Amino acid sequence: MTVLSTKTFIRTKPAQPQRRRRRLGPGPAIPFGLQLGPALLLILWAAGSGLGLIDPRILSAPWTVIATFGQLIADGRLQDHLGTSTLRAASGLAIGLVIGTVLAIVSGLSRFGEAIIDGPVQIKRAVPTLALIPLLMLWFGIGEQMKIITITLAVIVPIYIHTHNALRSIDARYVELAETLDLTRWAFLREVVLPGALPGFMLGLRFAVTLAWVSLVVVEQVNATSGLGYMIGLARTYGQTEVIIVGVVVYAVLGLMSDAAVRLVERRALSWRRTLSH
Amino acid sequence: MASNAVPLKAVCTRDLYRGFAGRSVLSGIDINIAPGEFVALLGRSGSGKSTLLKALASLDHGVAGSGALHVPDNLSVVFQDARLLPWRNVLQNVTLGLTGADAAGRVILAEVGLQGRESAWPVELSGGEQQRVALARSLVREPELLLADEPFGALDALTRIRMHALLRELCVRRRPSVLLVTHDVDEAITLADRVLVLEDGRLIEDLTIDLGPERDHGTPRFGEIRRHLLARLGVGFH
Repeated sequence: MTVLSTKTFIRTKPAQPQRRRRRLGPGPAIPFGLQLGPALLLILWAAGSGLGLIDPRILSAPWTVIATFGQLIADGRLQDHLGTSTLRAASGLAIGLVIGTVLAIVSGLSRFGEAIIDGPVQIKRAVPTLALIPLLMLWFGIGEQMKIITITLAVIVPIYIHTHNALRSIDARYVELAETLDLTRWAFLREVVLPGALPGFMLGLRFAVTLAWVSLVVVEQVNATSGLGYMIGLARTYGQTEVIIVGVVVYAVLGLMSDAAVRLVERRALSWRRTLSH
Repeated sequence: MASNAVPLKAVCTRDLYRGFAGRSVLSGIDINIAPGEFVALLGRSGSGKSTLLKALASLDHGVAGSGALHVPDNLSVVFQDARLLPWRNVLQNVTLGLTGADAAGRVILAEVGLQGRESAWPVELSGGEQQRVALARSLVREPELLLADEPFGALDALTRIRMHALLRELCVRRRPSVLLVTHDVDEAITLADRVLVLEDGRLIEDLTIDLGPERDHGTPRFGEIRRHLLARLGVGFH
């Protein structure tokens, strides 16, 4: 007990300023800290518009944007564009996901597969999607096919890279274990390889989902008659900054929402890891 | 099992040689292990213990070797780390690669004292519990030969004593042949029927432990065997 009280005594001492340790870490989290930056921007924007400091031809006022948003929803245009865009992004994502995963597994499990597949994917990774679009337009026209293929090509890369990396970094000890247990090749794949590579795949998926939306902007601005990118492009032609901002905000919300959705799936699928963070 | 003619040897090696990059790691190894016999293999680090165990388990891909090697097809390995798949629960780890073995898995988990933990994740278990799951995973396959590579080396002293008792009990009940690789002399004397000592890739000692089933560390004979084995390992007390 005496020892305990001595400790308490020593603990109270650093309250004196000259003995206080300098805090080097960032300190405790600020409540609503993440929302603070965007809120500040919003306030500056509203104040600038309200005081007439921002020319509405450069940037519409927040209330104009909100009114336009309501109007676009009321006449159903926003829903139409959003539907078209979502369908494109989802199709490209789904196809790219399957192709990327299959390529990663083939390349991750066989040296021959790696020799054939890895190089081309790395080359694709180094080429910006934007640079491929003229070629893809020549090959596949300017219709839906070209758009979905562009998104697919963009999505394949992160899925492949992260899944392949996860496959290759599966602990050799598990491989040894599988050998002593006489696992068949299929059982090895199902029990060890695929679950082991799942964290990498989920990381790739998060990048892929974001990339699908980003690629959408590109393909829809190049040549389209519908979709969010088309809506933004048209608004640019007519100088309607409020519509452009509605489009940008919708993109941002879509991106954040789909990332949150993937993280939710990730937590479910990797529940065996969750116990670690407790 | 009982209907089969009892083979004379579960393990038999003749003039076994293994080498890495031209340097010999094991040479002239002759080992016989009878069915149901518990053999401990002692040796300092680098003496070739793990190489020998890997050779017996056919895990030494790409290692140069020669000599005759007969081991049962049905053998299991227990590693120093429990080596449980973190993404499979306890029961799934035990029955890994087996079909329709859930009932047997539950029985063996109860035998190692983990009844009720079937659906726990490996990360939720203590080191001793994880190693018990690994033991269950090996034994559920009813191996004729159990190869154990310092299975208790990473456990604390108290847990290790409990695991010794458990392993003895399981071996009495299930009668596999066992080769236990260890560097713990007391562990070897406590558990084994026979102790082999490996030095620089050669067997230099083959000692039958003439103690009864009750192995009391305090008896003079235990101390005598310990001193003898320690001397063979190059740790002499004068």
